[in-house]
Amino acid sequence: MKNRLVVSFPSISINESLARGITASFIMPLDPTVEELSDLRTAVSEAVTNAIIHGYGRTDGIVSMELEYDGCDVTVTVRDEGRGIENIELARKPFYTSMPDSERSGMGFSVMEAFTDGVDVQSALGQGTSVVLRKRIGNHECSL
Amino acid sequence: MKVTWKKHGATLRLRFSGELDHHSAADVRREIDGLLSDTAIGFIVFDLGGVTFMDSSGIGVILGRYRMIAARGGGMDIINASRQIERILRMAGVYTLCTQGGTVE
Repeated sequence: MKNRLVVSFPSISINESLARGITASFIMPLDPTVEELSDLRTAVSEAVTNAIIHGYGRTDGIVSMELEYDGCDVTVTVRDEGRGIENIELARKPFYTSMPDSERSGMGFSVMEAFTDGVDVQSALGQGTSVVLRKRIGNHECSL
Repeated sequence: MKVTWKKHGATLRLRFSGELDHHSAADVRREIDGLLSDTAIGFIVFDLGGVTFMDSSGIGVILGRYRMIAARGGGMDIINASRQIERILRMAGVYTLCTQGGTVE
């Protein structure tokens, strides 16, 4: 079975939990395990938080999220049209943070990588960033 | 996210319940830092038993408080983290800073 959902919301932090809730609801028909659900919710939370904090910072913008599944394969794309990332390789390094004074741990991308099967990042300075999270939900039911 | 607390001598025990993300982190930080203005506190126990969700924002909250308490020669421990949360904390090496190495009660 295939399904798709596109949502967008303003870059305010209350929407971090909204994004997690939407993700959980969307993949529920795939009958994920508690761990799979929790993994994807966590990865989405990191990507959306990055869009809000780093993409837009003090400016307001729109974060969009595109959720898809094709059988057991789930893809969540989180996009912002904010600042963009200057050096993606550096940004993905564990403990690297562009905001050392804000108690950000620098573990966002590492958590996304650990909790999904693949993370792709595309970014252009001044144009925005898109993060694609891929995760295979293991239950055989979803392959029907 | 709600934080309840108890003081036993120099130990501040913080019990978290709810979701700890970037959104809730600011309030949590403010609340704990208010409690830490009591300079008699030399040890923090983070009881994460009631945390239903935490992402890497939680690492920042815990490490920030650890730095404050370590600066006055104190320490911390983290208890009752779920498997998922424990995994995030381990990735960042947070348990290596814990006095008891992160115990489960």
